[in-house]
Amino acid sequence: MHELSLIASLFEILETQKEKEGFKKIIAVQLRCGLLSGVVPECLQTAFEIYKKDTLASEARLILEVVPVKFKCRFCGQIETAQDFPLICSQCQRSEVEILEGTELTLISLEVEG
Amino acid sequence: MSRKEITILEDLLSSNKKIAQDIRLYLKAKNIFSINLMSSPGSGKTSLIEKLIEELFPKHPIAVIEGDIETDLDAARIKAKGVPAWSITTGGACHLEARMIAQVLKEISEPTEFLFIENVGNLVCPASYDLGENLRFVLLSIPEGEDKPLKYPKAFLTAHCLVITKIDLIGLLSFDLEKVKEEARKINPHLAIFATSARTGQGVKELATYLLYQRKQWLETNA
Repeated sequence: MHELSLIASLFEILETQKEKEGFKKIIAVQLRCGLLSGVVPECLQTAFEIYKKDTLASEARLILEVVPVKFKCRFCGQIETAQDFPLICSQCQRSEVEILEGTELTLISLEVEG
Repeated sequence: MSRKEITILEDLLSSNKKIAQDIRLYLKAKNIFSINLMSSPGSGKTSLIEKLIEELFPKHPIAVIEGDIETDLDAARIKAKGVPAWSITTGGACHLEARMIAQVLKEISEPTEFLFIENVGNLVCPASYDLGENLRFVLLSIPEGEDKPLKYPKAFLTAHCLVITKIDLIGLLSFDLEKVKEEARKINPHLAIFATSARTGQGVKELATYLLYQRKQWLETNA
């Protein structure tokens, strides 16, 4: 349960953006969350709701885009997506794979006012 | 009031990653090779470090950072071996972060060859935080059972080395060692795997040799 600590990092970025862009409040925060990012989306949502009180994002919505794991087989080059582990190439049944997507936890965009 | 959308594209862990990279460069300049140990509570991280100290120290100077939610009992165990140890009590946080490591780094005196960082006992959150380490260990003790690699894939995926601990208990419990190795390698085919016992000392010498070899390789690279 390190979601609160990640939300604290998110708010550091939001503060920096506020100074840079000069907006008054945040309406929406869009995050992309990979299935392998190590966070539970529901916990991230809860942590956001707790943290946002009395901040520039007190009325903001958190929009979470959950992305599956996308990987490439190092032997045959096949690219596929997975919901679960282990990551095994469906073509050659090997587990020597390179993860292309699904580990990210990225602040994509903000909708702001003022 | 005008509304607008601002594109950011910033990793939430970017500040941790940056500090971790600074730590990596700092330790490289001092030839200190660092190992981040992750496991469930009670897998034997401190006991493994104690055994590695017995094997390597004082020929190879060691420093230890102990991460715990409360108490500095683990650091006291390490200090009893004559090795400098620092305790980071996270006060509830379930993992160590790079900034916590950065705070004690300057206190580590030279020459130190190995820095062991014992993470908070947890197989989930520590996996997401780079501490600037050179090697990541994941420990799995025999009483924990065989299903850990599939239940906690990220810890096994990001580790370089799996240390199966309390191997002396294998005859008492139904634990299929070969099955665990196979499943761990399905998650991460590059895992080095060792089986150790802090009670009998089994496998500790091999693990120490592996560490010496890894450090030697690292000293020869500029990365």
